[in-house]
Amino acid sequence: MFTEAIEKILTDLCTPAQVRAVENGDCASALWRELEDGGFLELLTPEVADGAGLSLAAVFPIFLAFGRHALPLPVAQSIAARALMRDCPHAPPTGMLSLAGTAYREADGRLCAPRMAYGALADFALVNLGGELLLLDCSQAQRVRSGVHGSQCATLYWPQDAEGISLGSNGSEVRLFSAAIHAAAIAGAMEKALDMTLEYCNDRVQFGKAIGKFQAVQHQLSVMAEQVAASRIAAELAFASNATVPDALATAIAKARTSMAVPQVTATAHALFGAIGVTEELDLQLFTRRLQEWRVSEGSETHWNGLVGQALLAQPQVGASEFVRNVIPSQPA
Amino acid sequence: MSSLLDAFRLTALPEHAEAFRAEVKHFLAAHLPRVSADVRARSWTGFDAAFSRELARRGWVGLTLPQAYGGAGLDAFSRFVLVEELLSAGAPVAAHWIADRQSGPLILKFGSDAQKDFYLPRICAGQAFFCIGMSEPNSGSDLASVRSRATRCEGGWRLSGRKIWTTNAHHADYMIALVRTSGAPEDRQSGLSQFIIDLKQPGISIRPIVDLAGDAHFSEVAFDDVLLGEDALVGEEGSGWKQVNAELAFERSGPERFYSSVVLLDLWADTLRRNGASAAETALLGSFITQLTSLRNLSLALTALLAKGESPVVEAALVKDIGTEFEQAIPAAIAASISADPDAPVDEELYRTVAYLNQVAPTFSLRGGTREILRGMIARGLGLR
Ligand SMILES: Cc1cc2nc3c(=O)[nH]c(=O)nc-3n(C[C@H](O)[C@H](O)[C@H](O)COP(=O)(O)OP(=O)(O)OC[C@H]3O[C@@H](n4cnc5c(N)ncnc54)[C@H](O)[C@@H]3O)c2cc1C
Repeated sequence: MFTEAIEKILTDLCTPAQVRAVENGDCASALWRELEDGGFLELLTPEVADGAGLSLAAVFPIFLAFGRHALPLPVAQSIAARALMRDCPHAPPTGMLSLAGTAYREADGRLCAPRMAYGALADFALVNLGGELLLLDCSQAQRVRSGVHGSQCATLYWPQDAEGISLGSNGSEVRLFSAAIHAAAIAGAMEKALDMTLEYCNDRVQFGKAIGKFQAVQHQLSVMAEQVAASRIAAELAFASNATVPDALATAIAKARTSMAVPQVTATAHALFGAIGVTEELDLQLFTRRLQEWRVSEGSETHWNGLVGQALLAQPQVGASEFVRNVIPSQPA
Repeated sequence: MSSLLDAFRLTALPEHAEAFRAEVKHFLAAHLPRVSADVRARSWTGFDAAFSRELARRGWVGLTLPQAYGGAGLDAFSRFVLVEELLSAGAPVAAHWIADRQSGPLILKFGSDAQKDFYLPRICAGQAFFCIGMSEPNSGSDLASVRSRATRCEGGWRLSGRKIWTTNAHHADYMIALVRTSGAPEDRQSGLSQFIIDLKQPGISIRPIVDLAGDAHFSEVAFDDVLLGEDALVGEEGSGWKQVNAELAFERSGPERFYSSVVLLDLWADTLRRNGASAAETALLGSFITQLTSLRNLSLALTALLAKGESPVVEAALVKDIGTEFEQAIPAAIAASISADPDAPVDEELYRTVAYLNQVAPTFSLRGGTREILRGMIARGLGLR
């Protein structure tokens, strides 16, 4: 029910033109207001606190849809922030909230959150400062854009005296949740890229027939579909636990698997679109640019695979089969 | 969204299947032959009739066949668990593998009552091992072009022709063969039928073929005017193609399509635990686990469809293609890793296991349909053909 309602809002308001506008400085206030006023930021907030009380599994298709529409706003992050702030006396502030899985203090005492997702437009940030969970007001920060074309990431620097509000010691959950959100967004954006590429290959004619009729092209699309299927089911795993926050190991696998697929999926899509695929005008770039960014955001597959490897090595006598079976101890049936 | 991918949704194993796992583990602890990892890496090409009969004594050969025939009457989920445990232990399952996975279910579905009464109890008892006669010297991927031919005669059929690459033909009691019963090779899929052939009868010669690793797991089988009774035909005359395809989802979606290198993976992980692992080795190991988790969930999603009686043939082709690519990548990457430093000592068992798997890894994406054929099927499923 929520999924359909949100899907409709995204189809109506999160158009490719709107995505481009946000990348050029628009703040998409109509789209944001629609989602905020509709109560959709409270999807993970418990019912006793007037939220929708959804499970992680129930928000997964919604986070997937955000990726499929290249949603240029930190909506998933704002939803997650409310779950991360579950035990706080502070009500989450109104406005766009994003997540910074990494932060540190510079030598001069400034607090830095490097390349925070949606850092260019977030009003507030939930920050993991060495395990401490901090809520910071982004209007007090200096924002430095990454300089990557169209990117909405920014590095934020808060002055020495900006302490933020300390909310607890569950700071590491910020990175987990942010990584899980990225995994879902990658899977969604890949589904869209696959659909676009399939459609194009059925339409584009060369040598008197649709290029999708050439076996070499078909096989590339088949492999692309395999990568999309493997990514999606891996992302789903991060949202399969009954807990409030995605499981650590499942998230590591989800972020690693989806990130691993990005180079091949984006390369295949662009190869098959030919020159038109790299133009600003074609919507494909809205997805492939994001896929590249999301792959490295909160750590690439190398980071997360390293954690998965460590987890296996830490368990003597446990074989690969047994290990993968117990990633989520009690998956909902 | 392309509907082909809709089948792949996270699915949990039901409790009864997980409960069954403990029994299988218990059995393996007592009965798994104590052999080195490079032998265990043969897994579903490792032949050990005594081991298969031990499984049969527990009802675990023909696991999904009805109890009336001596089967365990368990579902596809339980079979997933059994197969997963057997393969990850490197158990020698080749003797009964084909009968359990394919021949038994095929006879149950298409066989006459007499055929079911005769073959199924023998399969379940581990007394009837089967092989599949599809490929011929001139018919590989283009299976519909088979030339072996059975012609009607008084009281049955006369069969002439040749089959090749037939796994275990030289150990098996019976072959289920796909042969032409009418028309010519140009008639393609029509005019093909399936027969159950007792391999001990006269006119059949079987020549094992040695592979590049020194093993003889497949054979060439020649039929020289072999007399088959009326009761050798399984299913309907002319329906061979349809019947062969009915089992493809079972054949291609299971754990055997991504567990072929798991014995090596575990051995390598043990070595890293003992000797310490670099960051690169840890991440490589993690990447295998990451991929395996995803593959297992893809396969489980199809198991749920099989349990419901559906036949996700194209989806199974997808799992097999990405799964075999994964099991091929493991020995290739581990070989590079363990020999990265020529001055470092290498464990001999690990070295042999890697070497064996790199020799045979090409077969992973040949047996059961080649990569190119599977990708063509997926493309059709995506609406491109
Ligand atoms: C270990 C092992 C066990 C086997 N066990 C059995 C068994 O028990 N029973 C049995 O019947 N068979 C068995 N086979 C045979 C197997 O099914 C065949 O090897 C397979 O179907 C391919 O046939 P082929 O080897 O003749 O190769 P070919 O069909 O000649 O193919 C050669 C190459 O050409 C490619 N090719 C063919 N057609 C096309 C096309 N249309 N488009 C693009 N590329 C194409 C193939 O993909 C492949 O790369 C086994 C094979 C192996 C390796």
